[in-house]
Amino acid sequence: MRNRVADHVQKLQPSGIRRFFDLAANMEGVISLGVGEPDFVTSWGVREACIASLHNGHTSYTANAGLMELRQEISRYLAQEFEVEYSAANDIIVTVGASQALDLSIRAIVDPGDEVIVIEPSFVSYAPLIELVGGRAVRVGADAERGFSINFDDLEAAITERTKAILLCFPNNPTGTMLTRDELIQVSRLVEKHDLLVLSDEIYAELSFDEKFTSFPTLPNMKDRTILISGFSKGFAMTGWRLGFVAGPTDIIEAMLKIHQYAMMCASTMAQYGAIEALKNGRQDIEAMKKSYRRRRNYFVASLNEIGLPCHNPGGAFYAFPSIKPTGLSSQEFAERLLLEEKVAVVPGDVFGESGEGYVRCSYASSLEQLQEAIKRMERFVKQFR
Amino acid sequence: MQLTEKELDLLQIIEENGRMEIDVLSKMVELSESETEKILQQLEEQRIIVEYGAVIDWRKVDNFEGVTAMIDVKVTPKREVGFDEIAKNIYRFPEVKSVYLMSGAYDLSVVVEGKSLSQVANFVSEKLSTLDSVISTTTHFIMKKYKHDGTIFDQGEDDRRIVVSP
Repeated sequence: MRNRVADHVQKLQPSGIRRFFDLAANMEGVISLGVGEPDFVTSWGVREACIASLHNGHTSYTANAGLMELRQEISRYLAQEFEVEYSAANDIIVTVGASQALDLSIRAIVDPGDEVIVIEPSFVSYAPLIELVGGRAVRVGADAERGFSINFDDLEAAITERTKAILLCFPNNPTGTMLTRDELIQVSRLVEKHDLLVLSDEIYAELSFDEKFTSFPTLPNMKDRTILISGFSKGFAMTGWRLGFVAGPTDIIEAMLKIHQYAMMCASTMAQYGAIEALKNGRQDIEAMKKSYRRRRNYFVASLNEIGLPCHNPGGAFYAFPSIKPTGLSSQEFAERLLLEEKVAVVPGDVFGESGEGYVRCSYASSLEQLQEAIKRMERFVKQFR
Repeated sequence: MQLTEKELDLLQIIEENGRMEIDVLSKMVELSESETEKILQQLEEQRIIVEYGAVIDWRKVDNFEGVTAMIDVKVTPKREVGFDEIAKNIYRFPEVKSVYLMSGAYDLSVVVEGKSLSQVANFVSEKLSTLDSVISTTTHFIMKKYKHDGTIFDQGEDDRRIVVSP
């Protein structure tokens, strides 16, 4: 029989998170620090707007790029919050989550053999999506000693003739690391020098705790070189709605729209109505959520350090990425034993790339009571290795 | 009174969850335990923190049923002391849980709790209505609490998220 599954899919490795999902799903009494999503339910006003859209019979397709009203709101939102101007008509596509925005961006710019630099540890989808289109993901390890910031010597050394783009994510999943404006400017210099593009995944932008967020396209000469990827999942607590957007130079957005119209047609109409409400009236909810995450971050990271799992202070998102090196275990062993012995689910750092080995990702998007209990159990677990 | 950001932070946290250990609280606001304790003490002395309380759903406790009534009270304000004197006369009763001066159709909103309907009715007819200055009362009994002071009663606490996700 012929190979039923395409070669390039056969070569694809399943996500390392999957194994832990299966393992933890069948256990009872697990405290999960493995979740990559907010513990808030989408605010009622947004849910109500979506319900109203159904009552009003808005059940047909929208324009491929999304409802014009939503694109106008996105354009206004980007201008007001991040000081970057995009044309609603030409420069924005509403997508099925930031995940599709990412996939579209890669498909639109990467030819087989092209290289895209990914700063690791990184979100699990980046490298596989690049490889699915025949590109090569060139992994550059972040500098663990400096809270997982970019190592610029390594970054420049990784650039070759085939390098098409650099993929950035800040605040980062899984490390929570924020890139400072100075660091971003350093990246922009390399981008200009080597004539590259930047895929800037800014899905966690709303959850920056300690400093003002700098959107990459606002840097000098970068708007025409940046594809901005974002969405409603994290800041607006709308993960299940699968609604994101991408903004960028008109020629690239046009190319992306061609793929989008064949592959997806348009994002879900009712979700788009919810998103309009989120942008119009839901922004004050973000502040409350952000405050809550920040307080939990403060508690959780200080506690991790106290119980002997050294952790840098993550500037955003809702992840802590402590070192588990003092236990002498690999990150897979640590996560598996912690789950089986103490029923706390964390994600081993190596699933986010080689440079994540020796660390685990802990999401603190859980109630304070759960976090306190998790810390108690982790302390008990870690003590046996002293 | 002008408060610092940390002081405001502390107030917001304990307003949401008064039952918080000092070591947890101090980590959340990035202060030492002694600094946190000192601030809390100052805020208590200044009566900015008036009391630490809990929101309890008494319906779930056996043999502990009670009734709550909200009473609209019309009064005649007095020269010099306005509404304050009559408000004071009302809030001194232990049955009275809160008293607010209102704008609109009536003057004072009084929340009264009692063990039974008749106990509250007696309080209204014998104590409240007979006070000097009280012109009329309209009593509304609370039949069910859905949300109280920002807390939703009977809210499912289950985390519906999958245990591990990207």
